[in-house]
Amino acid sequence: MVENRPWLTVISHIVLIFGIGVVVLPLWVTLVASTHAGEDLLTAPIPMWFGDQMVENYSQMLTAGMHHVSGQPLTLMMFNSLVMALTIAIGKIAISLIAAFAICYFQFPLRMTCFWLIFITLMLPVEVRILPTYAVVANVFTPLITVLNYFGMEGTELVLPGFTIDLDLSMLDSYAGLTLPLIASATATFLFRQFFLTVPDELTEAARIDGAGPMKFFRDILLPLSRTNIAALFVILFIYGWNQYLWPLLVTTDPGYTTVVMGIQRMVNVADIEPQWNLVMTASILAMLPPVAIVIFMQRLFVKGLVETEK
Amino acid sequence: MIKRVTFRHKWLPYALLAPQLLITLVFFIWPASQALYYSVLQQDAFGLRVEFVGLQNFVYLFSDPTYLKSFNVTVVFSLAVAGLSLSFALLLAVMADRAVKGATAYKTLLIWPYAVAPAIAGVLWYFMFNPAVGINAWILQTWFGYDWNHTLNGGDALLLIVIAAAWKQISYNFLFFLAGLQAIPRSLIEAAAIDGASPLKRFWTIIFPLLSPTTFFLLVVNIVYAFFDTFGTIHATTRGGPYGATNTLVYKVYNDGFIGLDLGGSSAQSVVLMVIVITLTVVQFRYIERRVEY
Repeated sequence: MVENRPWLTVISHIVLIFGIGVVVLPLWVTLVASTHAGEDLLTAPIPMWFGDQMVENYSQMLTAGMHHVSGQPLTLMMFNSLVMALTIAIGKIAISLIAAFAICYFQFPLRMTCFWLIFITLMLPVEVRILPTYAVVANVFTPLITVLNYFGMEGTELVLPGFTIDLDLSMLDSYAGLTLPLIASATATFLFRQFFLTVPDELTEAARIDGAGPMKFFRDILLPLSRTNIAALFVILFIYGWNQYLWPLLVTTDPGYTTVVMGIQRMVNVADIEPQWNLVMTASILAMLPPVAIVIFMQRLFVKGLVETEK
Repeated sequence: MIKRVTFRHKWLPYALLAPQLLITLVFFIWPASQALYYSVLQQDAFGLRVEFVGLQNFVYLFSDPTYLKSFNVTVVFSLAVAGLSLSFALLLAVMADRAVKGATAYKTLLIWPYAVAPAIAGVLWYFMFNPAVGINAWILQTWFGYDWNHTLNGGDALLLIVIAAAWKQISYNFLFFLAGLQAIPRSLIEAAAIDGASPLKRFWTIIFPLLSPTTFFLLVVNIVYAFFDTFGTIHATTRGGPYGATNTLVYKVYNDGFIGLDLGGSSAQSVVLMVIVITLTVVQFRYIERRVEY
């Protein structure tokens, strides 16, 4: 503080408390609504203090779900979200680590081309190429088939001497389809590249003199050094994966693969009747819980990850 | 760009890059090139033949009033989200920068909305503004006599998704503003205080100009967010309605392509969006202090 102005300090605290009130209000209303019976939420004003239906609401949503909208229990949806978030986070980190390692520590033809190919992904979010990406996921061999057809192959079967491969593999309604297309990441590759550039060259020289090959150097020196970066990135990517919406909406039609964030819209957009708000709010709380808990309990890593992914 | 000490290996670097490149080629580059390709083609009503039509899809697109309206909605929406979220976050960050006591608690209570999915943020505010039972709609009705109805009134619907989208982005902006404020040298502010500049004057003449790189960076990030990450907010709540009042470009490309199955038109829209992302990315990398060096 520059100078002592007590009234200004008081004002700043008041503004902060008011601001927090605005930010926290939706959480409060949601939490309160999730503890009431459906009838309590039919007329305004709705109660602003907790009701007594908390256990009923949460156990119904966790074990049975909402009956008239496919009725999947939230435990299943949350499991799907967890699989998706973990696969995306771990997958992105793994392939970006090795890609950054290749780009920083090897001299090879087409190095810059590879770098720019990865860079381009930054400019192509799913939102701008919805339909063609869906077509690829419906059959991941589409690009290959088009190329082979161009060179004279007919149909979708690859005929090799001795056997035939039917080039038809759909990833719709599968965990692979949910996660694989989202795993490429320019941001994570750049982050690790930036970090590797700060690792002293003496370490590499020492490792080479001791006779360590590239993979041994990577495993025993680079990986342990990157630990904090990996953890910080994991926090950000877990939230990113958990909160995916458009992609699960496109590639899954089987209710068994519904993720929780995407599943909630089915409960809200019910035809002709008011949604069962107490249950929708219960589901919302459950859907927010894992990522919010991570942000709160791993705050330092979260802030580090947030700042670094923007570099 | 590359380490001084490198390894030598014939195939290892390619093997290490293979997974990343394979996914990039199959799920990014290929679909994007398909969008480019189909944007100059037209499919007949039965999907049997396609013919080359040049830029006709684009000409059609920019003479289509619903598309122009959607463009308009998106621009208003993004500027409103960025403006609302940035000013609120800046106010809180300036106050938090002053507050010594309780700084950590304030920070914790302000950053958690970052983790809430855009779709969930939409649902929470949709409930609070629900014309029948929502607490905000009730307050507007009883205290101000305003009949809030986002299912009928386009302005209300747009304001609803602006608030929901801006709310979620406050945490992010707050954290970056706070970091920016803490990086301003204390000596400058102390010197101004000794010269008798009031806190308000110090803010407008010293702090705000010194923060401008952060502000500009956040402005671009917020616009990108409002353009591309708010699909869930809209799809889970207003669904582009009423009468296209919240039909942003990304929502429209989904609706026309995936629901309406208009291949050529949707691809042309994708190409327009790609141009927008590329422009924003170039702005971000070119004009904002070089954060990535090549």
